[in-house]
Amino acid sequence: MKNKKTNHEVAKGIRKRVFEHCIKNNGGYLSQACSAAEQLAWLYNDILNLGDSTQPMIPEEFSGVPSKDNQNYITGAGYNGPFESNYDRLIIAPAHYALVAYATLIEVGRMAPEALDMFNKDGSSVEMIGAEHSPGMEVHNGTLGVGLSTGAGLAMGRKIKKETGEVCVFMSDGELQEGQVWEALQTCVHHKIDNLWAIVDVNEQQVNGAMKDVMDIGDIANKIESFGAIVTEIDGHNFDELKKAKKINHKDKPLIILAKTSPYQGMEYLKTRFPKLHYVRFKSEEERINMNNEISTELGISPIEY
Amino acid sequence: MEIVNKPYAKAFEDFAKDKEEILCISADLDSSCEIDGFRDRYPHKFISMGMAEQNMMSFSGGLGLAGFRPFIHSFGVFTYRRPYDQLVASIAYPRRKARIMGFLPGITTPGGMTHQAIEDISVMRTLPNMTVIETGDATEVESICEVADSIDGPVYCRMLRGSVPRLFKTPLQIGKLRTLSEGKDILVFTSGICTEEAIRARSALKKFGISIKHIHVSTLKPINEELFLSLISEAKSGIISMENHLVNGGLGSIVSDIISKYGIGKKLIKLGLQDTYAHGGSKGYLSRYYNLDALALIKSIENLTNTKTNIQEVDLNEARIEDVHSLSKAEAL
Ligand SMILES: Cc1ncc(C[n+]2csc(CCOP(=O)(O)OP(=O)(O)O)c2C)c(N)n1
Ligand SMILES: [Mg+2]
Repeated sequence: MKNKKTNHEVAKGIRKRVFEHCIKNNGGYLSQACSAAEQLAWLYNDILNLGDSTQPMIPEEFSGVPSKDNQNYITGAGYNGPFESNYDRLIIAPAHYALVAYATLIEVGRMAPEALDMFNKDGSSVEMIGAEHSPGMEVHNGTLGVGLSTGAGLAMGRKIKKETGEVCVFMSDGELQEGQVWEALQTCVHHKIDNLWAIVDVNEQQVNGAMKDVMDIGDIANKIESFGAIVTEIDGHNFDELKKAKKINHKDKPLIILAKTSPYQGMEYLKTRFPKLHYVRFKSEEERINMNNEISTELGISPIEY
Repeated sequence: MEIVNKPYAKAFEDFAKDKEEILCISADLDSSCEIDGFRDRYPHKFISMGMAEQNMMSFSGGLGLAGFRPFIHSFGVFTYRRPYDQLVASIAYPRRKARIMGFLPGITTPGGMTHQAIEDISVMRTLPNMTVIETGDATEVESICEVADSIDGPVYCRMLRGSVPRLFKTPLQIGKLRTLSEGKDILVFTSGICTEEAIRARSALKKFGISIKHIHVSTLKPINEELFLSLISEAKSGIISMENHLVNGGLGSIVSDIISKYGIGKKLIKLGLQDTYAHGGSKGYLSRYYNLDALALIKSIENLTNTKTNIQEVDLNEARIEDVHSLSKAEAL
């Protein structure tokens, strides 16, 4: 996929689209756009080796869940390109980041902007919690903590089949509270799964607030390292650091990039609500108007009409 | 109809605040489960477990060992799918007095497969030692803490949150059935949110001379077979069960077990999810898509009574449509 925009432009576009969506819809997963815009922009626009999308620019309606009577069932993975042996595969583990992922697909030309109007609409495949039939998704990850294991299995399978494409798992830091993530890490190390790498959005927040207050996960770099993986901690808003991190040699081991981020990056106004930013919504019209004015100014756009 | 705002928030706080052996267990979904106020006002009775459900279940078992009665709060799915093994080994087998409050039952959430508890009743009901209760209105939510805490063993409660209609005047009582209408032709059993749907259907059916005996079920385990049996024996044209759950393992299976056990030759139509997963969408859309609304009930009644009413959606009392965002919910789930 040849990129027409710079990573900066894509990241800016992601924030803008998610912001616009949240203002229009009276709320949404906005802080995840702030923390993850650079990571997703970099993944789709730069570092991943993905083929052209195989799916329509306007997503198909929901066409039923998998069953023996639904043989035409497809996942949303085609938006990330065809399953060819040389191409990379991407697993977006925290499914509530779907809105950010959809905005990214639009910014990199894999989906039409109108697709966001289908978000959380009845009968649509563009679901609020990314389902495996949602654009850009390959498996259901709304139950957090399963993504890294799936990625590890996929990577091992690809290794056995001598496929050259890698597997990348995008994760959230809240997932690290789930024991399964650590089981996945131990498996990757034990089986020398080195065609797998993960990038974790370390925004230090979860639903109830700051992770250190809800359930402190401590020094995660150290913990991951002691599990035997290669780990690096970087500024998740800095493209040069992202690029450098991916170049680290991790022969025989998985690479875990801890992207330290801010959940109000690019929208400082949100800081007034920190650390209650997991789901941003408005309790009054006044709040909505204020946020619309303040953040649109920060983003250099005119206030969103709704 | 009266709509009550966040009935659980107040009910839990009133019930738990002064009881020493009760602890509030949190799984990183406080405002979503309406315990954020309790957390802020009674921090010494509140234990944050983060997003780690397997650990939470066994930990709660440990609290039980120490003599506490933990009230565990999360979305229903997260209390049994991942931590099923822990649920059995640490809570159900040793009969710990854990009170599991599972929110977002069935198709009440647009969160899709991973958020919709569609087999919770069946899973919980098949576990020895477990009691299973489903709330169907604000009054039942308001009385759930008292009822749950009276159980000598673990209990799973299927909870409603946010804007909850008030359908009943009397509190939930374990094992009791509520008779909502008298009639001889068709016997309808409903539970949870389906009861409100059935009430809509009943008022539309009135003019067609079909008499319906409507029973609301909130205790799904243990089952008072005699109560069910006497009702089932009297149903003339057949029986319908309607549940916000898979038709296997829940209310429909309870009724069909009794029919077969006592050799009653009566037809049963089971409304609910027919051996399928659901997907994300509004409650109104999903209940139409999966035949869980008033119209689906009317069609089944026509089928059993061999009548044709031609009742359309427009003839039904306007369905209650909930906003995606409202002040009574923390998010859009
Ligand atoms: C197994 C599981 N438990 C609970 C939830 C509910 N939930 C959704 S997001 C979330 C917080 C996860 O933390 P993180 O992804 O870091 O949150 P963010 O940074 O987006 O605020 C929780 C508890 C879930 N989706 N899956
Ligand atoms: Mg986080």
